[in-house]
Amino acid sequence: MNPFKYPVKWLFKDVPLATRNEITPKLGFALVVLLTLIWLIPFLWMVAATLRPASDGINAMAELMPSLKPTLDNIRDAWEIGDFPRYALNTTLICTGILLVQFVTVTLAGFAFARLSFAGKTLIFYLFLLQLMLVPVLLIVPNLTLVAKLGLYDTLTGVMMPFFASAFGTFLMRQAFEAIPTELEDAALIDGASVLARIRHIYVPLSLPSFSAFAIVSVTSHWNDFLWPLMVINSPDKRPLTVGLSVFTKTAEGTQAWGTIAAGTLIVIAPLLVTFLIFQKRFISSFITSGIK
Amino acid sequence: MRSTFRRGEMSLAEPAALPAAAPAKSRPHVVRRLSAGFKASLPAYLLLLPSLIFLGAFTYGAVGRVIVDALYQRATPRAPSRFVGLDNIAAVLADPAFTGAVVNNLIYAVGTVVPSMALAFLFALALSRTNAVTSALRAALFLPVLIPMVAASALFLFIFLPNVGLLDHYIGRLLPVLPNWLGDPDIALAAIMVITIWKNAGYYMLFFLAGLQAVPEDAMEAAYLDGAGPWPRLRYIILPELRPTFLFVTVIAILNAVTQVDHVFVMTQGGPSNATSLVLFYIYEQAVEHYDVGKASAATLLSLGALMGLTALSFRTLASREGGP
Repeated sequence: MNPFKYPVKWLFKDVPLATRNEITPKLGFALVVLLTLIWLIPFLWMVAATLRPASDGINAMAELMPSLKPTLDNIRDAWEIGDFPRYALNTTLICTGILLVQFVTVTLAGFAFARLSFAGKTLIFYLFLLQLMLVPVLLIVPNLTLVAKLGLYDTLTGVMMPFFASAFGTFLMRQAFEAIPTELEDAALIDGASVLARIRHIYVPLSLPSFSAFAIVSVTSHWNDFLWPLMVINSPDKRPLTVGLSVFTKTAEGTQAWGTIAAGTLIVIAPLLVTFLIFQKRFISSFITSGIK
Repeated sequence: MRSTFRRGEMSLAEPAALPAAAPAKSRPHVVRRLSAGFKASLPAYLLLLPSLIFLGAFTYGAVGRVIVDALYQRATPRAPSRFVGLDNIAAVLADPAFTGAVVNNLIYAVGTVVPSMALAFLFALALSRTNAVTSALRAALFLPVLIPMVAASALFLFIFLPNVGLLDHYIGRLLPVLPNWLGDPDIALAAIMVITIWKNAGYYMLFFLAGLQAVPEDAMEAAYLDGAGPWPRLRYIILPELRPTFLFVTVIAILNAVTQVDHVFVMTQGGPSNATSLVLFYIYEQAVEHYDVGKASAATLLSLGALMGLTALSFRTLASREGGP
């Protein structure tokens, strides 16, 4: 069937025969197509405004049609005004630091829940579960005091610390470890391998997909964190991308430099968007497991 | 702990042979069992220790500190703190800025949770089959989920900009008077809600897509055979099957309505005239701008209580989703 001649028929060719003549699903689909276009408008504007030369004037700023004389001036301006490479470095350091420590904590705890029986298991399980609900953002005030007491105010370590343990990651790894056949481990047990050796040589290598799922959720969520780093970080050169972008936006808003703001936003979100478009399937399946982080 | 255990073990190995075993025998049975249990559990505890240290400091400990801090107050930021009991809580409850923020947050929660879930469900229903077109549409709807709320705010600042902004440029001409989207106290909160809906609908869509995959094939086929139309199928098969998904998404959406409010910080600072001040913003203001840790903690405690009460209702669902104890 030619998709261009009969687009609707082609799109609905795999639905059950009995429903093929129904109108409602097709109307619903058309509505969703329309909504998707609306959903994309902010992104379209961002690209069009980034490439629009200042000579087009303020009244053309809202046009979604790209300018006929595209320019990279806005990107250059944004790059010069905002300290984006520095912000990007800080964000990368924060995300990597959190992830590395999390890998250790969630692997160990996940193994304990998956393979060991111990006194108080139920109680400790619920303690972990509780963390899913005591959302860290709400605890900014006491955690800021603690970070300050530890002498970590205005440091990247201070930004990372509250996230070093992750209940979500623990449960994810527990699930992955439980799926590994115990026979594999029995061989290692006979060889006298210690718990840590078994985790490192049997459990971790067999659970790489779960690690990558966890990494995706962890990095995206901390890449986007704003309020907590805003409170902990004071020096401009330690700002992560989100805080940097908010300061940058405030400065550029004053001068009505909307093209520069669009360019700055594009610089900030491009890395994640590109990664997503490449690893789409993996991102989507990782996010389904997340829910509460 | 260790020595207790050794003695217990000895008494088991050589009962009554040694005089030293006599006191061990009279030792309550429970203690012996507990200590044996502890020894057996020790490896697990050591593995859990790193996680428990950080959870203890930044989650459970934080809740403890909030409770304590809420009971103390300083006259000035440098004055020594003194015990004031429930005064902070009373002061917060009597503060019109707080009650206003609570009311705003309730409106914001209902006004974001309901539409974003309805849209997410519609998206999932329309895109549940997989082909090149639906995959592209899903990806497009998911894009806003990935970007920081701060970046979304930067884009919407222009969209809502009076006169030259995107909305006024395209839609504003149809209206007799151009509204000041972020500057009018009656509209600003709705404008903020639009951003949240735009950003979250694609995320919730994923859960509904996963839920739709799990709807039993034979139930759907039976419905086709019976000639059930799209609405009866939705009403009698799909919606009942997706009940747990709806519950789960409602919980995350409500949590998001309290915690994911970065755009308020960037776009409106709670204004105009507190119209977009939400609870988390109030807490931040008390702590960072007024240095009033007592009041900030009292407000945190109240919101924690409310959220815990709410999530307690779904504790079972959550526990079973994570595999049970």
